[in-house]
Amino acid sequence: MDLILEGVKKAFWLLITFDPEVMGVTLLSLQVSGAATGISLFIGIFTGTLLALSEFRGKRFVVSLVNTGMGLPPVVVGLFVTIFLWRNGPLGFLGILYTPTAMVIAQAIIAVPIVTGISLAAIQQLPAKLRLQILALGATRRQMVWMLIKEARLPLLAAVMAGFGGVISEVGASIMVGGNIKGYSRVLTTATVMETSRGNFDVAIALGVILLFLAYLVNLLLTHIQQRRRPR
Amino acid sequence: MKSFTPILEVKGLRFKRQQAVPIDIPHLIVYEKEVLALIGPNGAGKTTLMEVLAHLVRPQEGQIIFEGKEIDFDRDQTRYRRKLAMVFQEPLLLDTTVFENVASGLKFRGLKKKEIEQKVEHCLERFGIAHLRHRPARLLSGGEAQRTSLARAFAVEPRILLLDEPFSSLDPPSRESLIEDLEANVRGSETTAILATHDRTEALRLSDRIAVMMEGRIRQIGPSDEIMNHPVNEEVASFVGVETILSCKVLSRNGGSFVASFRGQEIEAVGDAQPGEVVLLCIRPEEVTLSTGLVKESTSARNVFPGRVTNLRPLGLYQKVELDCGFPLTAYVTHHSAENLLLEEGKEIWASFKATAIHVIRKKG
Repeated sequence: MDLILEGVKKAFWLLITFDPEVMGVTLLSLQVSGAATGISLFIGIFTGTLLALSEFRGKRFVVSLVNTGMGLPPVVVGLFVTIFLWRNGPLGFLGILYTPTAMVIAQAIIAVPIVTGISLAAIQQLPAKLRLQILALGATRRQMVWMLIKEARLPLLAAVMAGFGGVISEVGASIMVGGNIKGYSRVLTTATVMETSRGNFDVAIALGVILLFLAYLVNLLLTHIQQRRRPR
Repeated sequence: MKSFTPILEVKGLRFKRQQAVPIDIPHLIVYEKEVLALIGPNGAGKTTLMEVLAHLVRPQEGQIIFEGKEIDFDRDQTRYRRKLAMVFQEPLLLDTTVFENVASGLKFRGLKKKEIEQKVEHCLERFGIAHLRHRPARLLSGGEAQRTSLARAFAVEPRILLLDEPFSSLDPPSRESLIEDLEANVRGSETTAILATHDRTEALRLSDRIAVMMEGRIRQIGPSDEIMNHPVNEEVASFVGVETILSCKVLSRNGGSFVASFRGQEIEAVGDAQPGEVVLLCIRPEEVTLSTGLVKESTSARNVFPGRVTNLRPLGLYQKVELDCGFPLTAYVTHHSAENLLLEEGKEIWASFKATAIHVIRKKG
């Protein structure tokens, strides 16, 4: 119990003193996960909407793949991204393994199916005839898709939350493709793993508390936006 | 009907989708500034036809000709749709304010802000919802929501307005008030309208012509009174409210009228049917008069029959009275008349109807 209390105290201290190392790690976590979430939203919302609006043979199979992807194990993603970015790998010429860019790629791959799956469900829960009504009002196909995304904005916020929550808290892929290099590719999760393995539980708890606090803060903001409007 | 210039023409239209009745319309013309009601039972294909006419779904076969020019589904789709507006059974409002909803069609067309504001305000006033302009659509009542949906359709000043059962989800007072407003707006504008409904009174009130649709086909089209009084077949007759349809054999002719027999009962009707021919006699319940005494001498009706009340049911403002006169006959009487006649099941009563009130359908072949 003392250990946990010490950890919480330490976290509080590190936060109020703006400890440069902790701040750096926190900022990088936000940057990497923020960028990965942004990319996944762009790809996921587009793909989810497209899937929801199109009818084709094998759609159920594709949807089941997306749903399976929502539980994609980060270490598997980390493994494949590492293989692809490895010096002799297909994308080795890019030379981005063990960089924050590689972490963004891995995290985006983890988040894309989550955002796609939730977007698909969000668009599908809109009234079936709304799409026809928007077209009947004279919208082009592009205007119609944009209107549907706007109409589904509340459930789509859940996609943002789930996507961000999924990547800010993952550790497997980040440590594999980022390398946990101090001051360069170390993020909150990888730092927590490292401090725990060293037996520095107080620092590890401090980092864990900051991670929780960050996740809470982002979700609080999104929940506030979501709940400001009562669903229909 | 306001004009004889075709605005929309459909030729050889066929459309089939899963779990829906196939649409087969060899030819249909909608004239400029007319209100055409598309009536038919649920599942007749009215909504599907409306969606095809609005180019929301691609027909497998056929042409849609708008203002003399055939519409290409791929090339002219949006341009054509921007000449129309469609109101669905459900209001299908966007999750924003009433003003933004009414403005949505105009925004899609890229109009300037000032012009949008002017047109929207005008429509909000026309439909009596100006006071709701800032209200979120999700907080509107059913009537207010459908009013907003209609204002949104009128805001784009469509050449053709497609109305797909717009009143069916409303309570009677909201429905009545909205029909009044729609009637005033349609009559007061240059808009051509196609109204799909299963309610024939709604169709009679709003339309110039009626098309009766059943199982994906138009069975009869014509002026409203023609459809109501001269249905072409038993199915149409039944749908437009003819309660008594009797298949009779013509016994004799006398000038312009003839006598036909149904289970030994002789009924006189007006028409060209020849002796030996089998005809359908259609008698609307509003045309049947009931009385407690024999009034053969005092009535001009050629058909007077004694009968027994077999069933009595309230039907809005009327009582529906089913009689056995040796043939089944249905009459509508007011509640007041029903009380005066002391109607009850089993009561013996006299029923009369004029020979001219019978619509005769001659069986082909």
